[in-house]
Order: sequence, then C-alpha cells, then structure tokens
Amino acid sequence: MIQALAFYLFAIVVCLSGALTILSRNPVHSVLWLILAFFNAAGLMVLAGAEFIAMLLVIVYVGAVAVLFLFVVMMLDIDFAELRSGVMKYAAVGLALAIALVAEIIIAIGAWSAGGLEMSRRAAPIASDVPNIEAIGRLLYTRYLFIFEGAGLVLLVAMIGAIVLTYRQRSDVRPQNVSHQINRRSKDATRNMNPGVGEGMQL
Amino acid sequence: MDYSLQLLMTLPELVLAVGSIVLMLVAAWGGHQSTKLVSWAAIAVLIGAGIALAGPASSGGDAFDGLYRADMFAAFSKVLIYVAAAVSILIAPRFFQRTSGDDLRPEYPVLILLSTAGMGMMVSAGDMLTLYVGLELLSLSSYVLASFMRRDARSAEAGLKYFVLGALASGILLYGISLVYGFSGTTLFDGIASAYTGGERSMGLLFGLVFVFAGLAFKMSAVPFHMWTPDVYEGAPTPVTAFFASAPKVAAVALAVRVAIEAMGPALHDWRQIVIFASLASIILGAVAAIGQTNVKRLLAYSSINNVGFALIGLAAGTAEGVAGVLTYLAIYVVMTIGSFLVVLQMRGPDGEPIEDIASLAGMSRTRPGLAAALAIFMFSLAGIPPLLGFFAKLAVFMAAVQAGLIVFAVVGAAASAIGAYYYLRIVKTMYFDEPAPAFHGKPGMVEGGLIALTAAVISPLGWPLLLPLGAWTMLAAKALF
Repeated sequence: MIQALAFYLFAIVVCLSGALTILSRNPVHSVLWLILAFFNAAGLMVLAGAEFIAMLLVIVYVGAVAVLFLFVVMMLDIDFAELRSGVMKYAAVGLALAIALVAEIIIAIGAWSAGGLEMSRRAAPIASDVPNIEAIGRLLYTRYLFIFEGAGLVLLVAMIGAIVLTYRQRSDVRPQNVSHQINRRSKDATRNMNPGVGEGMQL
Repeated sequence: MDYSLQLLMTLPELVLAVGSIVLMLVAAWGGHQSTKLVSWAAIAVLIGAGIALAGPASSGGDAFDGLYRADMFAAFSKVLIYVAAAVSILIAPRFFQRTSGDDLRPEYPVLILLSTAGMGMMVSAGDMLTLYVGLELLSLSSYVLASFMRRDARSAEAGLKYFVLGALASGILLYGISLVYGFSGTTLFDGIASAYTGGERSMGLLFGLVFVFAGLAFKMSAVPFHMWTPDVYEGAPTPVTAFFASAPKVAAVALAVRVAIEAMGPALHDWRQIVIFASLASIILGAVAAIGQTNVKRLLAYSSINNVGFALIGLAAGTAEGVAGVLTYLAIYVVMTIGSFLVVLQMRGPDGEPIEDIASLAGMSRTRPGLAAALAIFMFSLAGIPPLLGFFAKLAVFMAAVQAGLIVFAVVGAAASAIGAYYYLRIVKTMYFDEPAPAFHGKPGMVEGGLIALTAAVISPLGWPLLLPLGAWTMLAAKALF
C-alpha cells in the first residue's frame, strides 16, 4: 500500500517537473525543475531496489551536472527569440528524430514483453541477498581494480592536459603572494611620525 | 590466486603510474626549473619498468581474472614501447629550445609516462575493458602532446583534429565492443572467442567484429581510417611526431593482433578479408600519396601508413609465423623511424628554427656527409633494399603470408612496395645529386648524434647478428598467443 502510494507520488512529480522543465520560460527555473525531477527519479530507483543508481542520481546529476547547468545558464546570455527563429528551418530534421525516437520506444516495449536477455553467461553473477552497492563495490575493488585505477589515471591525464593547455603565467597582473603577506610585520608597515606644527608631512 | 603475485604481474604499469604521479608532484613544486630533472627521472622510471618486465610480468599468465595478460607477447611489445618513449623524451629538450616562446615543460615527460602506462595496458589486455581504458589513457595523453606548443597554430590544429577524430574512432570502437558484448555475454577475450566458435554466427557478432576492427584501424592509421595522420604528424612538435610514429603504432598493431588472434581467432576468415583490404590499401595509398609531398614530416606520416600495411600482412596470415613477422617488422620499423626523425630534428636554419622542407635536403651529401649517409641508410631500409634490415622485416611478413597460402596477396604487396621505393629513393637522389641548398646549422649534440649513429648501425649489415635472437624472441612471443 505504502509502496504504491510512494510510487504514484514520485512518478507524478517526475512527470510534472519534467513537463515544467520544458515549459517554464525562465531557464533558471527549468534547471530547478530538472533537479526536482532527478530527486524524484532517485526515489523511484530506491523503490525499484536499485539504491546505487538512486545515489548516483542525487550525487552526480543533482550535485554536479545540474549545478553545472545552473552555472552555464546563469553565465550565458541566451536569446530565446533568436534560438526559436530556426524552428521551421529544421522542422524536418526534428520530425525525423522524433519519429526515430517513437519507433525506438515501440521496439523497446516489444522487446520488453518478449522476455529478458540471456544473463546466464555473466562474468560475476550476484546472490539475491547481497545489496547492490555491496556487490558493485566488491567487483570494482577486486576483480576490476586494475581497470578502475586505470580510469583514475585517465581522469588525471584529463586534468593535467587541461592545465598544460590553458594555464599561462601572466606578467601584467599582480598575484597574491601569501608568504609575503604573512611575513610582513607591523613595524615594516607603520611609521611613527612627529611632524612639527604647520610643516605638513611627507608620506 | 595470490594477490601479491597479481600485482607483480602488473609491476611495469605500477612502476609507470606511481613514477608519473610522483614526477607530477615534483613538477608541480619545482616549476619550469625541474624539467631536466623530471626528464631524466622519467627515463629512469622507463628503465625501471623495463627491468620489472623480467619477473612474472613476462611469464605470469593471467592476472585479475583474465583482465590482464602478462605473457611474452606483451613483454616484447612493451620493450619496444619503452625504448621509443625514452628516445622521444631524450630528443625533446633541443627541439623545444629552438621554438620561440614554447619551451619544454616538465609535463611533457610525465604525459609520455602516462601514455606509456596506457600502452602497457593495451598490449596486455585480456578483456575489452582493459583494452578500452588503456586506449583512452594513451589517446588523451596523445591529444595533449600533439598540441603541446600552444602558441603554434599548426600544433593546436593537430591536437584538435586528433581529438575530434580520435573521439569518433573511440565511439566506433565502443559501439563494436558493445555489440560483441551484447551478443557474446562477456567482455573477456576467451569468452568472446568461444562465442565466435561454431558455424552459425549471429549478425551482431559480425557487425561487432567489423566495428572493432574499424576502431583499431583508426588507432594504427590504416587506410581507410588514416586521414588524420599527415595533418597530426605535420602539426605536432617533431619529438612528439617521432613518438606517435613509433610507440603508439607498436601498441595499436600489437593490440589489433591480440584482439584478432585471442578474441576473434575462430573468426579468422571473417576478419582476414578486412585485414587484407586495409593492408593493401595502406601500402598502395601510403606509397602513392607520399609522392607529391614536399614536407618531410608529412612524407614520414605517409611512410608510417605504408609500413602499417606491411605489418598487417603478417596478421592476415593468422599463424604464429605471421605474428612473429609482425613483431619483427615492428621492431625494425621502430628503429628506422626513430632514426629518420632524429635526422629530421637536425634540419634547422640559421636562427635554429626547424626546417621541414624536402627541397632543403638538396646536396646534403656535400654539406653534411655523415647526416646524409645516415638518412640514406634509413631511406634504403624503409624501401626494403636487401643488405639493410628493412628488407628482412618485409621478408618475414611476406614469408608468413606465402606459407599461409596468401600468395596473390604477397605478390601484390611486394609489387606495391616498389612504388614506395620511388619516393624513398627520391630523397636519396635529392641529397646526393642535386645542387646544394643552404646548409643546415648547428651540430647534433652528443645524445642525438650518438642515437643517429646507433640506429644507423643497427639497420646496416652490422645489425645482422641481431636478426637471429630477434627471430627467436619474436617466435617465442608469438607462441604466447596460440
């Protein structure tokens, strides 16, 4: 009973916020609706027993991707009138894409009713009583450890590459020198003057 | 299996990964001044990784449930890769001294080390995932290395072009891998091989095979996926071009051999036609398109396409002899290519700027006789003229093809190599019989001069004593796959 209630709650909110993501006129509101959709999709995943994917949705999509979207939307000056001006020009392409998508959905539903995939040859079948976070963790840090570390190196290369290709030391700016600031003492910075009356002062 | 033994099998990659991370920290704190230190330390790390190959890394069998293979085939390829990587670190400082504003930064040796770790993963792959992660590690480092000279428009163009086309190729490869996985139920090479066994083979497996080979052909720049090669080789800094033409080429061809034999061995007749087509097309296009080139780096790019075609002849044979031929070819090709690029590095003008024009080589036999003789040796060898080692490399792959019954294929390949000889010999003619152009400036340093002399000596008849142990070792390495 409570599951059914939760399911319908999450599902309705996902659908509504999905629609509002497209329909809202303010792009910042769109991103916020998208975040709400992600949260509720995560709730649906928990109901389906895929708690790992639920966590991924919240951490990766809400925590990183949506925030990135928000930054981009806020930083870019998007002229929607200009964006919409090409709608009729590309209508044929859009229509073709839509038809392809609909066909895919129909085929997917057909395949779904035809039964599951052959999963007996899986490399690492999991017991039904193991939570999927634990199962993924075990596989990732034992069997696939070597590849996992390799993927880490790929990310490291991406970071090094971004710095190598874009970082440049500029000579026309005055960067902050922290050690210089900390080492500065009050006696270097202040002077005690005793000017005579009416003589003014040399700074 | 004992966990420490598995780590010992992957020791070369561990050494490279830990070494590169430590050196990155040194570079981060040391800044530009640490370039020299980091370069030499990187070469030490490569030597260390080479020494680590002597243990279980070359004879241990499978690690991590078959994801990683520590066999003789991998060890042989890794030796070639490490040598090529070390040379491309050695030759970098003098080149970057002469480029205005873009000096050598310590990230260069670090990126080479990381890409070497990726290549080690590629040649040791026993699973599609290891293959892909290794390939991406190599590719990402290569994109950055190609555009290492940020102020040079051609270098930036090379990096961008390589990145966009490389991403496309990765997509094609991944699509193929996903099809193979979907229809065989596993990413392990052994499991895939058992899915290809048997008469009735599903369409999905066949499509997967084609896409995987297309992706790999891009990485080793075999026709018809070669378009990026001349532009990237021309635009990238010359030491990086020398690196691209040697180490990643070895890794990509070795990887293709491993996938073809280990994962798709039972489908020999399906992939043989692909390999034969790519091989002949590479040989012919590499030879014909090189004729009109005026830039020596573009010429060497087409030469590398041409050479990949010859190496693939051995793979098309599909036998242990063929694989041994491929490895022999790669070993000799790496020496010839590194030698040629070392000579190209000596071509500089009065202000030390690099010159890449073939016409400027005219009459070099009178202005720089030693350098001209070395380049002549490399060109004769690349053309496959008998007393030099390049001939024996070609002989090894042609023999394997003939033994496998691919006589027509071998004959056409041999005939096409005559077209290739034309443009190699044209360079020799320019150097020896044309009116001298202004001489190049600057003398090669101790390291570069020594390396030119060494590679030329190895390629010349002085290198004959090496042929016997090379043949024995490649045979041993090839047997590891069968």
